[in-house]
Amino acid sequence: MNRTYLEIETNPSAVDLSNIPVTVYDIFYNEVAGLLKDTSNHCVSYFGIEDGSLIKFICLIADDSTGRIKAFSFTSERKSSVKSLTEVCRGMHIFEREIHENLGFDFEGHPWLKPVRYPFNRKNSEEVMDNYPFYTIEGEELHEVGVGPIHAGVIEPGHFRFICNGEKVLHLEIQLGYQHRGVEYLLSGGLSPLQRCVMSESIAGDTSVGHCLAHVQAVESLSGIEPVEKLQVERSIALELERIAIHIGDTAALCGDVAYQLGQAVCEALRTSIINRTQDWCGNRFGKGLIRPGGTNYPLTESVLDSVLATIDDTCRKYAEITDRIYSIPSVLARFEDIGIVTTVQASAIGAVGMAARTCGIPRDIRRSHPFQYFKKYNINPVILNTGDVLARARLRELEVAESIKTVKDLASIWKGLEGEPGKPVYPEKMKPGMMAVSLVEGWRGEICHSALTDSSGNISYYKVKDPSFHNWMALALAVRNQEISDFPVCNKSFNLSYCGNDL
Amino acid sequence: MFKEFRILKHQGRQYIKDLRQQPVSELFRGRPVINGNITGSEINSVCRQCPAGAISDKDGSIDLGRCVFCRECEFLLPGKITFLNDYRIAVNRREDLIIRPGDDRPLRLDENVIRKDIRRLFRNSLKLRQVSAGGDNSGEMELNASGNVNFDFGRFGVEFVASPRHADGIVITGPVTRNMSEALKICYEAVPEPSVIILAGTDAISGGMFCGSPAIDRSFPDSHPPDLYVPGNPAHPLTFINGVMDLLGIS
Repeated sequence: MNRTYLEIETNPSAVDLSNIPVTVYDIFYNEVAGLLKDTSNHCVSYFGIEDGSLIKFICLIADDSTGRIKAFSFTSERKSSVKSLTEVCRGMHIFEREIHENLGFDFEGHPWLKPVRYPFNRKNSEEVMDNYPFYTIEGEELHEVGVGPIHAGVIEPGHFRFICNGEKVLHLEIQLGYQHRGVEYLLSGGLSPLQRCVMSESIAGDTSVGHCLAHVQAVESLSGIEPVEKLQVERSIALELERIAIHIGDTAALCGDVAYQLGQAVCEALRTSIINRTQDWCGNRFGKGLIRPGGTNYPLTESVLDSVLATIDDTCRKYAEITDRIYSIPSVLARFEDIGIVTTVQASAIGAVGMAARTCGIPRDIRRSHPFQYFKKYNINPVILNTGDVLARARLRELEVAESIKTVKDLASIWKGLEGEPGKPVYPEKMKPGMMAVSLVEGWRGEICHSALTDSSGNISYYKVKDPSFHNWMALALAVRNQEISDFPVCNKSFNLSYCGNDL
Repeated sequence: MFKEFRILKHQGRQYIKDLRQQPVSELFRGRPVINGNITGSEINSVCRQCPAGAISDKDGSIDLGRCVFCRECEFLLPGKITFLNDYRIAVNRREDLIIRPGDDRPLRLDENVIRKDIRRLFRNSLKLRQVSAGGDNSGEMELNASGNVNFDFGRFGVEFVASPRHADGIVITGPVTRNMSEALKICYEAVPEPSVIILAGTDAISGGMFCGSPAIDRSFPDSHPPDLYVPGNPAHPLTFINGVMDLLGIS
């Protein structure tokens, strides 16, 4: 029997587009529905590209147990419609919504075919932000609460609509799109390689290293550049420093939300010292400018590495001291424990990734399942918790910080044993023609997926970005059901999802 | 309780005593200096390379309102362009953000342009409403950091508040997306007069990497002259703090 998909063996990887078998939708539907029954499979990307009156669809299903990615493809008339996969695999809902919004393509039986981000080039321009079709419930005892787009704090915009019975939230619907800047449109156009790097750093500025690394991996695999080992180690260290800094900052924010001021102040100070080391390394507290294809402008030096090691040692001690205190105070625990629970069944149904998955007992971590950079050689131990509540999401950060500190120390000694230089950046103007690159990175929030397609002359013709928040916003909506509305801020903070990463 | 005292003792003093003189990393990318003898062909090469279109092909000047501080021009022409770690780069006249070859003087506010009411009313207390309009969250995090235990901008009465009706002005981050332009306008109109406008970060000042994007609507920043431009990608807390101190006349 002919294969209905192409098996991609490594991450990142570039494959010949013509090698991806084009199947018919019914076969695609049955295969994907079958695969997604197994919780070790999940969809990392699913998109459609317009080609005359046809749309060519590509769907990537990652298998966590083998580290491989199955690439499916089918074509369809633009005006036609197909049976929705969401009915059988809930996690596909967001991909189908996105395709519907971008291309006007219909999915029959989709229960919730609502706008995702109101892109400027959406097919139905009658859909505007002001007439989002919110779910409503009739009832004299119910009321609605609208929050945003501008929130109380200094954060990004998004709108939350609650349906409440008294203080209890029955339903939350999240309307996003306020941050839409046209990232994919610009990345699919005629940007220079350097412009693409700088833009990737801004997809979500809190994940500059993660997103830029995902982009750079795609570019490298499309141009046949293999980063030297030393560069791989340095990139892996940068990624872990980003994780440590943000996790500690999130701990501060969580303490702030439950009015534990000492926890907030201490964690803020600890985060400052970590990001200042990143600044010592590359001149930017968020690591902007550090990740470039083929090399780096900021090779790690012995003295920077030593100051990083001294700082993380100090951080390790002080963070352990404060978290030990945070998680033993009854007034903090009362606000975290059993609050905002996402069950394992829910998390796996919606295709949750990253922290949202790992706090629900799902061992999903790209560093382990589809290793990239130096994680190909260095095994990390993903931290898995089971309770799915705010406390689990808070403690996961504590445990992951400890794990990442250990990783950075180990990588530092490996770095010291490596000869040579990481090399200077290479900005390839032309890449291999007719290819598709798939690049996965486990950022601090979770799995980032960048897919890039090249045309017959080797220019990028289509670019798809998937931030972990794309899946995980639904987890937040589920977490606050039947909670007090006053617990919403702490639930929101415990996920700390990206608005701009979703809105692109 | 005793555990808390011990934690406090281990933390020691965290706040930055002198926000004017705080040293930052050597590599921090602040005010650039362009060598006066840069040649026409060198200008052409960095101009072609600049990802943000911040370098003029006429005279080789760098517009800090468009610069994304990637420093790639310095890597291309070492010795000709140098990014100093001078973080005091906030100004109140758009043209002052343009650094010409040979320029090497500190960037400061033009006192004559500062509206009289600002210092009279807000010298001891300035409450700001932050509006992210397509900001990538690094700028927002840096503004949050300006109030944290290290930078402690609250010591001068400068703080972020939740409601625009409690605020004396707005701080905009991001290139201003089409989808956010209406909310930004409504927020600004809710701030009582005289309302301060601060553009924080290159995205906010010019649109940055997104200035040509069809998803952006620059009508608000184009029609509302700001009181302060704070360049950066993102704007560093010290850049923001020093700029606002200059605006308020805090020495």
